[in-house]
Amino acid sequence: MAKKFKLLSGNEACVEGALYAGMKFYGGYPITPSTEIAERSALELPKVGGKFIQMEDEIAGIAAAIGGSIAGLKSMTATSGPGMSLKQENIGYAAIAEIPLVIVNVQRGGPSTGLPTAPAQGDVMQAMWGTHGDHPVIAVSPMSVTETFTETVRAFNLAEKYRTPVILLTDEVVGHMREKLEIPEPGELEVYDRLRPDADDKDYLAYRVEEGDLVPKMAAFGSGHRYHITGLFHDETGFPSNSTENAEFMLDRMMNKIAHNLDDILAYDEFMTEDAEHLIISYGSTARAAKSAVMALRGEGIKVGLFRPITIWPYPAERTIELAKQVKSITVAEMNLGQLKLEIERVVKSEAPVQLSGKANGEVLTPNDIIAKVKEAL
Amino acid sequence: MINPVVEKLFRADRLPHIWCPGCSHGITLGALARTIEKLGWDKDEVAIVSGIGCSSRAPGYLDVNTLHTTHGRALAFATGVKLANPNLKVIVISGDGDASAIGGNHLIHAARRNIDITCLVFNNNIYGMTGGQYSPTTPTNDFGTTAPHGNIDKPFDIANLAASAGATYAARATAYHVTQMEKLMEKALTHKGFSCLEVASICPIYYGRKNKKGSPANMLKFLKDNFIDAKVAEKLPEEKRAGKMLMGEFKNVEAPEYTDEYQKIIDRFAEEK
Repeated sequence: MAKKFKLLSGNEACVEGALYAGMKFYGGYPITPSTEIAERSALELPKVGGKFIQMEDEIAGIAAAIGGSIAGLKSMTATSGPGMSLKQENIGYAAIAEIPLVIVNVQRGGPSTGLPTAPAQGDVMQAMWGTHGDHPVIAVSPMSVTETFTETVRAFNLAEKYRTPVILLTDEVVGHMREKLEIPEPGELEVYDRLRPDADDKDYLAYRVEEGDLVPKMAAFGSGHRYHITGLFHDETGFPSNSTENAEFMLDRMMNKIAHNLDDILAYDEFMTEDAEHLIISYGSTARAAKSAVMALRGEGIKVGLFRPITIWPYPAERTIELAKQVKSITVAEMNLGQLKLEIERVVKSEAPVQLSGKANGEVLTPNDIIAKVKEAL
Repeated sequence: MINPVVEKLFRADRLPHIWCPGCSHGITLGALARTIEKLGWDKDEVAIVSGIGCSSRAPGYLDVNTLHTTHGRALAFATGVKLANPNLKVIVISGDGDASAIGGNHLIHAARRNIDITCLVFNNNIYGMTGGQYSPTTPTNDFGTTAPHGNIDKPFDIANLAASAGATYAARATAYHVTQMEKLMEKALTHKGFSCLEVASICPIYYGRKNKKGSPANMLKFLKDNFIDAKVAEKLPEEKRAGKMLMGEFKNVEAPEYTDEYQKIIDRFAEEK
């Protein structure tokens, strides 16, 4: 069979990836620079029997998507800066009620209305800490159109597998640039569906896990298992509980869904790190400039490598520490004033000095920006 | 002996409920349970969605699919549930603050879409769960903990707000007139399209005490004495209508329903294949 190629933007590839992963529900609200995700979802979903709805605001967009997931459909919503701020409360709801959901944030310049058509990576810390209270977080950040496709598929898989909201953190550059995408054949990439209880499972409890397991099976509303879902702390029945012991147990389990499965969740890429004496850490579209910087510096005989976290939350700490021990300096390149740098400093401690090549004025970082910064550390 | 409706529809192990003595929410929830029972609905096919507040605790007591969401957002979650699975009979239980303040935007847009959801608004004119702050339906000049000098806001008429926004069924009942409430509830639940039934309710603890409304019985008597059916009111002379509040059916029309219309788009593509 001939390979299927398409020339697509990152936003369009996101929808193609979502459909490949089995998305059947999209709830959202238009916002630059993510709107193409809503538009293509509106176009394509009814063709596969799926549902699209444009809601009255960002909050309703994620609420409807959570509702769709509860009714049994793989669901997604997409937005950008201001919309992401509005969605925060319901992200926490999906986390505590353990509802699989993919939330796309095509980052633009902020804060507030900021620079709506300009790229940024200023929502990195928001992805981790945006909603109130301690809660599990998975966020992934692709660097290209193809990777937007594959990471969207992976985001759906992680959401379904761990029953948690997953944030696909792209940026305006990745969202709007066009590249050739080879659409994988069905079956070529893994597609994971949430575990559901058997129809005749009389003992089903919505939030009970099997011994040694961390993720409860999820019944769809209307499937015959009548149960209660709430954003309050609840026990294994799903009903509210004020017990501090129970809250601790449930929160531990929710956090451990992620913490105990790092091998499955973490993804990263490396470029010329084997003999690197200086390291650049970058992600999303900025990693493209970082890669050019590595090649240019190598041309000058400077041994530089690139570490590129694809999963940014949880942050791939273990490999970063190994590399930190190997190199003399780390330059974090990101389109913000040093957000992931904070996490990297926390992780590497005094193993290597960490400096920032950052920008938050709506311009992309260029290879020259990064090269100049790396040279400061030589 | 346990009431057969309680036995059949309530999650007896979740009782007693959390509501204060004298609260009318139990009356309204009982009416809902009896109406569902009367309609013979399959419990597996009923989903009740709520937001945050006293009334929003109601779904948890019923043995159906129940979803307790975030403040004000019940209709938005319910829209997702209904669109994803139109076979479900979706009911939203909300309060005056939940439905018309923080969730007011969702109320008017759910009404505008005419999606087949029944929204029951337990309107007790106050924020009860947070301890008695004025809501969008607290009458002007009444008191709340955040209106210690008298409320200068003007109240919403929730049933007519929903009707104006496009709800194809809108009605008001009271917690006193239970027989009428059940009739209206049955019509709201079986109506195809968005239906809104506002239930004039009492909050003796937070609204009643703050406004010197007397005992719960007195407050129910107030509902009895001051609400008249809209159809009866039409025939009454002006002087007898003065100062009365209206209950009954305000709007009942047919119009294309949202999930049906969406299904037509899906069917169009299925035919092309």
